[in-house]
Amino acid sequence: MSQRYELRFSGAGGQGLITAGIILAEAASIIEGKRAEQSQSYGPEARGGASKSEVIISDGPIDYPKATIVDICLAMTQEAADKYANGIKEGGLLLLDADFVKNTPQGNFKVYRLPIMRMAKEDVGREIVANVVALGAVVGMTGVVSRDAAEQAVLRKVPEAFKDLNKKAFNLGYEKGKELLN
Amino acid sequence: MAKKVALLQGNQACAAGAVYAGCTFFAGYPITPSTEVAEELSNDLPKIGGKFIQMEDEIAAMAAVIGASLTGSKSITATSGPGVSLKQELIGYACIAEVPCVIINVMRGGPSTGMPTGPGQSDVMQAMWGTHGDHAAIALVPSTVQEIFTETVRAFNLAEKYRMPVQVLFDEIVGHMRERIVFPEPGELEVINRTAPTVSPAEYKPYDATKGQVPPLASFGSGYKFHVTGLNKAADGFPTTKAEYVDAEERRQVNKVMDNVADIESNEEYLTEDAEVLIWSYGSTARSARYAVNELRKQGIKVGLFRPVTLWPFPEKRTSELAKQCKAIVVAEMNLGQMVYEVERAAKGNCVVVHEGRVDGEPINPGQIAAKVKEVM
Amino acid sequence: MAYDYDKSIRPGKLPHIWCPGCGHGIVMKGLIRAMDTCGLDRKNTAIVSGIGCASRLPGYLDACTLHTAHGRAAAFATGVKMAKPEMTVICCGGDGDGTAIGGNHFIHACRRNIDMTYVIMNNFIYGMTGGQFSPCTPTGAKASTTPYGNPDPVFDISKLAIGAGATFVARTTAAHPREIDKLITMGIKHKGMAIIEVLDDCPTTYGRRNKFRSVVDMMKHLKANAVPAVAASKMTAEQLAGKFLTGVLFQEERPEYTAQYAEVIKKAQGA
Repeated sequence: MSQRYELRFSGAGGQGLITAGIILAEAASIIEGKRAEQSQSYGPEARGGASKSEVIISDGPIDYPKATIVDICLAMTQEAADKYANGIKEGGLLLLDADFVKNTPQGNFKVYRLPIMRMAKEDVGREIVANVVALGAVVGMTGVVSRDAAEQAVLRKVPEAFKDLNKKAFNLGYEKGKELLN
Repeated sequence: MAKKVALLQGNQACAAGAVYAGCTFFAGYPITPSTEVAEELSNDLPKIGGKFIQMEDEIAAMAAVIGASLTGSKSITATSGPGVSLKQELIGYACIAEVPCVIINVMRGGPSTGMPTGPGQSDVMQAMWGTHGDHAAIALVPSTVQEIFTETVRAFNLAEKYRMPVQVLFDEIVGHMRERIVFPEPGELEVINRTAPTVSPAEYKPYDATKGQVPPLASFGSGYKFHVTGLNKAADGFPTTKAEYVDAEERRQVNKVMDNVADIESNEEYLTEDAEVLIWSYGSTARSARYAVNELRKQGIKVGLFRPVTLWPFPEKRTSELAKQCKAIVVAEMNLGQMVYEVERAAKGNCVVVHEGRVDGEPINPGQIAAKVKEVM
Repeated sequence: MAYDYDKSIRPGKLPHIWCPGCGHGIVMKGLIRAMDTCGLDRKNTAIVSGIGCASRLPGYLDACTLHTAHGRAAAFATGVKMAKPEMTVICCGGDGDGTAIGGNHFIHACRRNIDMTYVIMNNFIYGMTGGQFSPCTPTGAKASTTPYGNPDPVFDISKLAIGAGATFVARTTAAHPREIDKLITMGIKHKGMAIIEVLDDCPTTYGRRNKFRSVVDMMKHLKANAVPAVAASKMTAEQLAGKFLTGVLFQEERPEYTAQYAEVIKKAQGA
């Protein structure tokens, strides 16, 4: 039986978390040649509301396309944390935006915090790359794909003019994510 | 050379499959969760000299597709449940006038507006019985992104070969999820084109049964002048109320499908050889079912999966055979019970048939199916 | 010498289904003359209709003919024209078919300014189903579903077409056969959406309920109340009351839809 690894990115619609999931799935399936599959659920809002994007990575066929038991969950907003920080496996990981999630979801998992939006705005310079900072952090924490594959996948997705910005965002997230578990 | 791969949504794969099949015309109307099919084709069709038109409503889109197909263009529309409801009269028109076309239905819940961003499988009976009057239907239900590509190609092939509308139904889950797809090389998948008439324009009859169960269809603007109508008609295409013509034509149009089930049928079986309980499931739900089969097998439970890829015509023969072999069949589908009645009919009382459904906008998960299997053991 | 209509009529398809005195046959003859005047190659001409008495017209003509579903002629025709812009596309049908059940397709075909000619036979009634009121039945008139007189306001088809964006709009009546083929000819030659409204008579389901004692009375009514648009400018509102304008009512040049789409193809192909 193949090994499934399940990731959930959640936050507000428009924060780019679906894109983060797509980038991760591309890193795993197109660059690393594993099986990967990305899905999402969203409400009627194009912006705002709570949205989630799930990625399943496996070395074998992925039958059930939705999360069964989540290995790592990211929540960028309180609403997302309340709605989607569930079904996390025992000893699994929950990463919260330190500034935007005040009430910590309770459960048998490890909770970590990073000021993701603030890092994007102040350290990288653009709030819009918060999703890439978050992606970097998740890859840094889990090693589910290699740093190199994830960075490549990020750069494939963005226009030339924004490559440096995104590279900076990814690597900042990656370093901080890795530090969290050390 | 390595084949081209990409991470694509099901809806995008559908559009790519259409282009591979030689489609040159799309008409549609925006509706969630199918819109990406239109978006992709609005971009891709003009690149190959094809045409994309966004019509004023769902009915108009179906009408334009039939009109375009009559000029010889392979034509497609994409919609969801409410749109299919609106299109039904003209789907019947395409049946009786025998105009090839492909209708994509990315299923959501319902009835009415229902849950536009949630998945559902409650249009499967509509695919067969949605339009009024006697007719045959072909409906395909892919369950992976790769299969959406190949089944869209097959839908065009069947539409052209049998001169009729073919529906492809998948749900919001597979329509929107992204998976790796390996693009077939040109020529790798069979692409069937319409059979043109060999007789002269003067001798041509668009419904001439002496030319076979599926008479050749000429194109408007190719030198053939002929009449097309939604009325019952004789071999020459003109309206008739003569009982013997009406009867013969109606029967031919149903038989052209029912006599060729072996050609149209496509099923997948997983661990059915020794199965005592069978899960009968299609589309994205069949993925949950397969996961459940693996989990249950680990517990020593002899369970297998039957997954129709062609849903209509109904896989009667194989379902009947499996009903004789198994103690029970669990029909898992995201509705309150639709295909389960067909399965029950085919089982002819040889085994217990139960339904496992869900209509809350969430997919049926493997645990839900596994619990049902244990219940009927 | 008599005009040779036979070469345009499909052998064996007459007699037609229309009642004695119905004006649809006059319109069909006008259409045949217009198609001849324009020198249309029937192999490359699609004649598309909906459902109703007027929509039976294509079946009699030797061309690529498409008798569709109720109200959908313009939408089917749009598909034909988009897929094969080199074909000449002519739509025909009645007032109920075109402006009630098919109203949405009618206005959007006008808006797109797609190159086709739509001959709409307005006989103020649903004839085939036995005389129910249509959006064009005069207010107060009797129909099988308005036994107390029609409470509904009336659609002015030509104004509707102009408002929706058709670039050639003309009106005549079944009592003006020569103007029918003249206007249809102009419509076919016009590059864009041409609407030719022909006011028509239905003696069977409209005339007899509305005090027209004969077909001749109905024709006289059409003739007496038609005012050429060119003459109307010199008439007072009083003089124009109860009259309808005929001739070319509107004409302009605007980019045609399939030509616009050809530009889309060029852009997509990087030209």
